[in-house]
Amino acid sequence: MTVLQEPAVSPELARSQGMTGEEYERLRKILGREPSYTELGITSALWSEHCSYKSSKIYLKEFPTEGPHVLEGPGENAGVVDVGHGWVAIFKMESHNHPSFIEPYQGSMTGVGGILRDVFTMGARPIACMDSLRFGEIDAPRMRFLIDGVVRGIGDYGNCVGIPTVGGETGFHPSYNGNILVNAFALGVARRDKVFHARASGPGNPILYVGSATGRDGIHGATMASESFDAGSEHKRPTVQVGDPFTEKILLEACLDAMRTGAIVAIQDMGAAGLTSSSFEMAGRGGMGMRLDLDRVPLREPGLTPYEMMLSESQERMVLVARRGREEEVVKVFRRWGLEVAPIGEVTSTGRAVLVWHGETVADMPVLPLTQEAPVYRRPAEPPADLALRQRAPEVPVSSDPMGDLRRLLGTPELSSKAWIWRQYDHTVRTNTVIGPGGDAAVLLLKGTPSGLAMTSDVNPVYCYLDPRRGGAQAVAEAVRNLACVGADPVGLTDCLNFGNPEVPEITWQFREVIRGMSEACRALGAPVISGNVSFYNETEGRSIHPTPTVGMVGVIPDLRHLPESCFLAADDRILLLGNREGAGEFGGSAYLRLLHGIEQGLPPAVDLAAEARLAALLRRLVAEGLIHTAHDLSEGGLGVGLAEACFGRRMGATVELPLAAEADLFSETQGRAIVAARPFTLDKLLRAAEEAGVPAWEIGTVGGPDLVIRSGGESWKATVADLHEVWSTALPKALGL
Amino acid sequence: MRCGVVVFPGSNCDHDVYHVLKHVMDQEVSFLWHDEETLKGAELVVLPGGFAYGDYLRAGAMAALSPVMAAVKRHAEAGGLVLGICNGFQVLLEAGLLPGAMRRNQNLRFLCQDVYLKVERNDLPFTRDLSLGQVLRLPIAHAEGNYEDSPERLDALEAAGQVVFRYVQPDGSPAGSDGVGDLWNPNGAARAIAGICNARGNVLGLMPHPERCAEEILGNTDGLAIFQSSVQFGAKVAASGYGGRR
Repeated sequence: MTVLQEPAVSPELARSQGMTGEEYERLRKILGREPSYTELGITSALWSEHCSYKSSKIYLKEFPTEGPHVLEGPGENAGVVDVGHGWVAIFKMESHNHPSFIEPYQGSMTGVGGILRDVFTMGARPIACMDSLRFGEIDAPRMRFLIDGVVRGIGDYGNCVGIPTVGGETGFHPSYNGNILVNAFALGVARRDKVFHARASGPGNPILYVGSATGRDGIHGATMASESFDAGSEHKRPTVQVGDPFTEKILLEACLDAMRTGAIVAIQDMGAAGLTSSSFEMAGRGGMGMRLDLDRVPLREPGLTPYEMMLSESQERMVLVARRGREEEVVKVFRRWGLEVAPIGEVTSTGRAVLVWHGETVADMPVLPLTQEAPVYRRPAEPPADLALRQRAPEVPVSSDPMGDLRRLLGTPELSSKAWIWRQYDHTVRTNTVIGPGGDAAVLLLKGTPSGLAMTSDVNPVYCYLDPRRGGAQAVAEAVRNLACVGADPVGLTDCLNFGNPEVPEITWQFREVIRGMSEACRALGAPVISGNVSFYNETEGRSIHPTPTVGMVGVIPDLRHLPESCFLAADDRILLLGNREGAGEFGGSAYLRLLHGIEQGLPPAVDLAAEARLAALLRRLVAEGLIHTAHDLSEGGLGVGLAEACFGRRMGATVELPLAAEADLFSETQGRAIVAARPFTLDKLLRAAEEAGVPAWEIGTVGGPDLVIRSGGESWKATVADLHEVWSTALPKALGL
Repeated sequence: MRCGVVVFPGSNCDHDVYHVLKHVMDQEVSFLWHDEETLKGAELVVLPGGFAYGDYLRAGAMAALSPVMAAVKRHAEAGGLVLGICNGFQVLLEAGLLPGAMRRNQNLRFLCQDVYLKVERNDLPFTRDLSLGQVLRLPIAHAEGNYEDSPERLDALEAAGQVVFRYVQPDGSPAGSDGVGDLWNPNGAARAIAGICNARGNVLGLMPHPERCAEEILGNTDGLAIFQSSVQFGAKVAASGYGGRR
């Protein structure tokens, strides 16, 4: 018999695994003795920031989590909303920032894999993915390698599993030079009465392990993700997991098949902290205990210790509770798909997790104190010392050549076409994609119904840096606007809150303020938070990323018949600017200042939530009544960039007349605005609808011709759509040196 | 018409093809599991897209050796209809049911976009509803669609009229070819070949996905005619008593 040779447990060892002295004491108190090595490893993973949300919990409580469509809010693997016709949508977004910076290909692959499992573990068939990516400057060290690896990883995984990647966003900013962001979103659909949960119940029910065998990859990944980077982060590569999309695909099919047997009580994927978090969370949620026989865990190589087995983050694995006496039905399904399946233990009523290995008890711990009573911190929060300086109104340089400035903006990686990226993602598989990447929001069929699902992901990290509360509100408002442009009413949102080190008061202040702003907007615009994830410690050598609360929002379009596009469709259509024009001239944090003049300063544009709600309602009405051909939200780059984008889809020009106070106003990022285009004879109806909705509307021009012509105050600027399109569509591959 | 959609572990367009045949074309459809040795009486067998067995070797290489493929070969030899789409086309190449091979796309990246195809045969069971020279817009989604063979064999393929679809520009004028991947022949396929048939004309393989553009709501129905032709052909054969139930 093998004798377990393990390091002696001490507060120092605990510290090396990311546990503070107080946390170690807390563990000793819970156990009433010194922990074993395996118990220490389990606890340090469960209490890591990544798994326990210990620094964020108290703030996350502020989010509104209930709404008319919400069936299940945060707490499960993913949130559940009712989307009508007996269907529910189950979705979530999660970060995979740290692993992707260390090893971009595997990091992004496993990010997609993990979020897909979160969705199908609840019984939903995944039908769409989105990815929100933030990179540093393209010329920063390793950046081209990171971009290429992340894009390939996302593509290779989603493409193989056969889930379309239908949307997302990509931004570039120096604050991500040392810490890129990879936020993966997945959405699945299920029948309303067929949702599965990760709540263990029924003492005596067997616990089954299914999927890939356990190896030594990703050990302590959750702890790694809860630390900042330093110069030596390369050595952390072994903490990154390795993805196998083929196994994921068959695991997905096998799980959905197995769920149909009716013999599954609870099921949970093994994500961060592997077998530890999946088994403890499942037992914890059900108020149960469990007994695991670690000798039965399928292994890739002999000799893994209990510690390694419990902390491995090998991918494509699930743990499930079957009904006693019916486990063979489940086993048969997984065998048919050629997957490993092993009974590894059973549910108990003791409330304790007992792990046995080689006849020896290697851990015996109470479940609830470890999961639901994990430490919670209210970290000190303070605004940055230079906040007033950051927010001081900037000098806005005059634009002497507005068309030239527009051309330059369209040629920046930030505002250029991202087609080079999304062409590498299968976005049409599953034959649901009505509007794919490149529009304001993606639109998918809800097969067998007249409805569609719309989804978008949004955030402006520069706004959040300059004023986190406004930035948080703006991200939610922009998402609602994007959904409204395709006629969708929001049913819920998921978020990925990417921040620096919460032990720094400025970062916790940012976090608190962002959540405040988001919560206000969520309430005002009817978009409850149903799931999400927090990623702290996004900093390298003390330099933090810009606060980046990525919002993934989902909406329902009752009827797809009159769906507009985000581009101009027909010559002679009249163009209307809807929404707030009064506040024109808001340049704080704008692309114009940042990308053309190197100024990142000022208060970001104000967010008028009541006006946003009115605009969104109007847009939804215009779509429902089939009154418009085109609807496009105005955001980064303002009206100038918005108009150019609308010209690109069908290479169709436009002539517009703008009452600009100053030429640069073409690029002001005043919020709450959208452009729509419609047949001339519907104009009266449109203006009347706008008036009824209390939304200011101006007719600003006409669609048609090969050029984009902008007139203001007797002056006129012109460029061919072909030329602007060439600049816009080639900028990213050119910058990448391809 | 009785249709069978083969499911290899890793097939991921099986549901899409099933959906079109069943719900758009209103046909009788069943899935054929990779380790089955018969085709359950299917008259039209479709090998769908995906990553059969993960495609960790060459695309389609392992699938070509699966039990169901022995049955597909017998079906093809007996004159039955076999349609391979994307990964299904790759499997047909590896199984030797169609000539040639696939290399990775010219730019070594997965590509998902619309392409334009010119119809060069409209006398096949799969293409009878199309007209000669017609240009179709279909989506591709693959990393290995760069068709290749020796110049002599490509000559022979063309001479025998086995090229069914070729990548072209939207107006039907030629795309770049012979390894010069361009906008219109994005994977760089030799002679811009997108789809071929066997000498007998009952086995067709193509890289683009007709099943992804067979419904009005998806904004494109250019792919529908391929399924319509196949099904109508099946109906005629059944009416004439030829073939019968196997």
